Amino acid sequence: MTSSHTTTTTAHDAEPPTERQDGDAGGDAEAIALPQQSGADGKDPAAGSGRPSGDGDPFDRDALPTPPGATRALLLSLLSPLRARVIVATLLLLLQQAAVQAGPMLVAYAIDRGVPAFREHDHGPLIAIGAGYLGCSLASGILQYAFIRASAHVNQDVLLDLRGRIFRHAQALSVDFHERYTSGRLISRSTTDVESLRELLSEGLQELIGVILSVIYICAMLLWLDVGLGAVAVVSFVPLYLLVRLYQRRAGRVFARRSTAIAAVIVKFAETMNGIRPVQAFRRERANDADFLALNRRHERTNGDALLEMARYVIGSRLVANTAVAGIVLWGAYRVAQDGLALGVLAASVLYLRRLYDPIDRLGMFLNSYQSAAASLEKIAGLLAQTPTVPAPTAPRPLPALASEHPGREVVFDDVRFAYRTGGEVLPHFDLTIPAGQTVAVVGSTGAGKSTLAKLLARFYDPTDGKVLLDGVDLRDLETPELRRGVVMVTQEAFLFSGTVAENIAIGRPDATPEDIERAAKAIGAHDFITSLPDGYDTDVRKRGGRISAGQRQLVAFARALLADPAVLILDEATSSLDIPGERAVQRAMDTVLRGRTAVVIAHRLSTVEIADRVLVMEHGRIIEDGSPGQLIKGTGQFAGLHRAWRESVVG
Amino acid sequence: MPRTDAPPKDLSAVRSLMRLWPYVRPVRTRLASAAFVAVVASCLGLVFPLVLKWIVDGPVADRDTGGVWLGAFMLLGLGIAEAVLFGLRRWLVARPLAGVEAAMRTDLYRHLQRLPVAFHDRWASGQLLSRGTTDLMLLRMFLAFPLTFLLVNAVTILAGFIILLQQQWSLGLVLLAPVVPLVILCSLFETKYSKITRLSQDQVGDLTTVVEESVLGIRIIKGFGRHRSQARAFRELSQKLRGTELYKARLLASIWALIMTLPEVAIGAALVLGTVQVADGGLSAGTLVAFLSTALALRWPVESIGFLIAISQDAATATTRYFEVLDVAEETDTATTGEAAPDSSGLVFDGVEFHYPDAAPDAPPVLARIDLHIRSGETMALVGATGSGKTTLTALVPRLHEITGGRITLDGQDITLLSREQLRELVSVAFEEPTLFSASVGENVLMGDAGADDEALRRALSVAQAEFVHGLPAGTSTQVGEQGLSLSGGQRQRLALARAVVGQPRFLVLDDPLSALDVHTEALVEAALRQVLESTTALVVAHRPSTVMLADRVALLSEGRITAVGTHHELLRSNAEYAWLMSGADANAVEENA
Repeated sequence: MTSSHTTTTTAHDAEPPTERQDGDAGGDAEAIALPQQSGADGKDPAAGSGRPSGDGDPFDRDALPTPPGATRALLLSLLSPLRARVIVATLLLLLQQAAVQAGPMLVAYAIDRGVPAFREHDHGPLIAIGAGYLGCSLASGILQYAFIRASAHVNQDVLLDLRGRIFRHAQALSVDFHERYTSGRLISRSTTDVESLRELLSEGLQELIGVILSVIYICAMLLWLDVGLGAVAVVSFVPLYLLVRLYQRRAGRVFARRSTAIAAVIVKFAETMNGIRPVQAFRRERANDADFLALNRRHERTNGDALLEMARYVIGSRLVANTAVAGIVLWGAYRVAQDGLALGVLAASVLYLRRLYDPIDRLGMFLNSYQSAAASLEKIAGLLAQTPTVPAPTAPRPLPALASEHPGREVVFDDVRFAYRTGGEVLPHFDLTIPAGQTVAVVGSTGAGKSTLAKLLARFYDPTDGKVLLDGVDLRDLETPELRRGVVMVTQEAFLFSGTVAENIAIGRPDATPEDIERAAKAIGAHDFITSLPDGYDTDVRKRGGRISAGQRQLVAFARALLADPAVLILDEATSSLDIPGERAVQRAMDTVLRGRTAVVIAHRLSTVEIADRVLVMEHGRIIEDGSPGQLIKGTGQFAGLHRAWRESVVG
Repeated sequence: MPRTDAPPKDLSAVRSLMRLWPYVRPVRTRLASAAFVAVVASCLGLVFPLVLKWIVDGPVADRDTGGVWLGAFMLLGLGIAEAVLFGLRRWLVARPLAGVEAAMRTDLYRHLQRLPVAFHDRWASGQLLSRGTTDLMLLRMFLAFPLTFLLVNAVTILAGFIILLQQQWSLGLVLLAPVVPLVILCSLFETKYSKITRLSQDQVGDLTTVVEESVLGIRIIKGFGRHRSQARAFRELSQKLRGTELYKARLLASIWALIMTLPEVAIGAALVLGTVQVADGGLSAGTLVAFLSTALALRWPVESIGFLIAISQDAATATTRYFEVLDVAEETDTATTGEAAPDSSGLVFDGVEFHYPDAAPDAPPVLARIDLHIRSGETMALVGATGSGKTTLTALVPRLHEITGGRITLDGQDITLLSREQLRELVSVAFEEPTLFSASVGENVLMGDAGADDEALRRALSVAQAEFVHGLPAGTSTQVGEQGLSLSGGQRQRLALARAVVGQPRFLVLDDPLSALDVHTEALVEAALRQVLESTTALVVAHRPSTVMLADRVALLSEGRITAVGTHHELLRSNAEYAWLMSGADANAVEENA
């Protein structure tokens, strides 16, 4: 909604102001929030990370456990640096409202004083009225200008601060948290939830404050003009307040139903479009049409309910307001007729009344959008309240100088145990030493704990007990840059960032020259396909993203790792999408470019194991076999069996 | 409802909005009566001041308390009528407009499902989704408000000024003065403002991209310690957005200052002039009160014109966006019944050629002159280097992409002469990227064959070694997909395989069906799959010898052509490229071994 005209608090007579916003501002904002979330989930390569998202995981839900008062504390901490600006904006609004509400007062003055004075050829009051009215108009315009700008500064600074905080915090949180909370939720926290706050700040809140201020001003003016008339006006707010509450309660329920309904529609829609190949290949079109129709019907019904709820509210509030106007006019006119009241006072009261009841229709709506923003803010506060489980070191230590001419470093798992915060133990206590320069292959079935081992080494997680040492230094004592010179991990999900192919490779080492990048790509066998892209290394991966195959993406990820040139390289099923020549190129690169580095290789494919100096077989979180490939193949363990099966499949 | 209320300068916008007519037609009576009701209600608002004038000049001036009561009852009656009419207007359009929105969404969804895959390749699902949600909500809003209120406000302004001029033409003219500059200023502003809004939306989009990528690529950012550079990019973009938003606020602030000031100045002038006239006796006090009251009542209708036009323009854009998709032609079937009866010649590619519809015309085709014959009951493996077009070739069989030359026949029947429905019943596919839908595991598998029973489901699950589903919380009724349990890549792949084989299809196309499985499971799936393949004609894309071993023969795809066909061992001996692909050894080494 691009309506720019919702930011005023001036007098709008008659009903139309209600029509400026459909009354579903809050509800629809909520509803539109969903596509991004589900879209992101659809694209999320980690979506199927295999961990069942059971009910027991407190991190697998939208609203994280929030300490009481966190939302308020967050709001205060956002606003407190802007205290001065907030005060200025508030003052501007107070003055502006005063200027706006002076109009009818001048009308009263004109009728009661200006007219008789003019008849006696005293032009003074009339000139004063003219000057006063002009002054007030100009002042209200200028103050409005100043207020919008001042409040925009506050709003934008709050949003900038909040966006930055969410972003930095999300980046600081551990991979463990990301995996449970899911990317879709994180993205919707930093996009749609911030957006609903933005809507409230830029449209709802200042109008809400304006409405409240004008109601207070007008009531005060009415009371000042005539205590009786003013009191009637004030009393009329009791039923109006009850109506607003009633509407909020009823509409809140309908909105909740509607946002569930639209969410279901959106999920179905996104899922169908993302999976259009299987949909068409398995002739699901008609069945989908029927499902979608049912979901869409449900949304249609609740949507209609919401609109009707608004209609009901409009009737109720208008009835109360118009009855109050009629009553006040009756009483006022009666008293004027009996000479108990000046005509000008009655005229001013009537003009004020029209302004007074004007914003009532919108009030219910604002409160809705306020509620939706409050819900968003609470979710954000919950996210920000999470402490990173992989904190930065308090007293960082450097890595010792390399012990030999080889770039590899020794890795020690010292009595390490790992369990999720929710309890499930993944790795029971174990010790493992990998000498510098050794290439270790880790095999085992899904869920055996191979990836957890790798993630501990990459410090994506910290061990629950014990420590992981790199050349004798605890990983927890290393600063990030130091750590990443030490350990780099290449995963199966080869995510490409928007930008060129070269930029994507350069993530490994931002200061790399184009020659370095090309050398890395050549070493891994990615050079040929990259040069065949329309713009070679400068091809934008997003524009051609659809047609860079999974295998090619993995090659880019490898080039990244080569360029980073780490002491310890971890490959977590990093060759799953490569064909055999691709896999060979990787092995060659490890043999040549990465020679002398410590490497931990997790692979489904036993071909990868051939280049290993040592093989670890894992099962249920334990290392059950450990030895050189030759030893294990000759033995009678699991690995020997697996290897035999694999050999047969290759030779046929 | 006439749709000509929008000002004539937006002819193209009007033209786009005209396209909504088929959807609006069914509710036209409701919409027209709602507009009529709104006009009446809005004009009632203008009668208020007249009653007020009557009270002040009549009973109040005459000290007639009975008349005061009458006047108050008239006001109350008007008030009740106004409230009821505005409620009625909303009631009249609520359900019908929700219906229009729903109907348009249903049509969009139905249509999109039947558009070619090539279309979906070009369009991000988010783009389509925003057409189905935000754009349609905007259109509903347009039908509910701007469409009605452009008319209502025009009538109200006209009526209001007739009343004003008729009561006191000199004061009326004073008030009329700012109307024209205001409308012009508002529409000028809207043009500027919508431009800057679009810019800010784009910047929000860029910011969202950074956020999304930083979350999706978190392992890479952390793995390479790059969070600082991401944070820098984020900071720059959000600073830029802040600048744009502040500029937007400045624009908004100036237009509002003008909108507030101009009419107020005019009212002030009218007040001074009116006071003089009242003092001179040329005007009654009641008229002055009524006059100012009417002037206030007219402010919103005048100010709103600009914003109503802005929404109308947005609605026109939304309409264009909607029909842009709806106008894309659906795939049509050219099924003829006169085609030769099926024989048992298997799957035949005859001079097949393909290039993507969006590829440059001078670009070489992805696939050129593919000739391949898979005999009935035979399993053919398709091997080729990364990017050689294997997946594209498999998509041609169920007509997910349309061949651009040559023909493909299934048991002698040209696939373009079969209806897609028939064709896709004959051919079952497992894709490289296994997609599960939000449904139970059982439903996901049975998508492959709606008529299959529990026995078939069990068999399919066992072929795909997907017995793990029996251990899921609710067995085969466990919900999976976006809103259910998330499964690992290997688990999803096995379910997709089960889906492909559940209907025991005559033709089976498998795109690297075992890539995400660990060695152990892979061996088990192969053994079970072998039995299924015995009774179907199958094309299997393979990266590894183990998968190739499922096939009777192998075809080598190289640079868009089939360069060799033979058994695994034949090709291993005779074809250097094949040997290289399958063993990684170069040609010389193979010859030595051979």
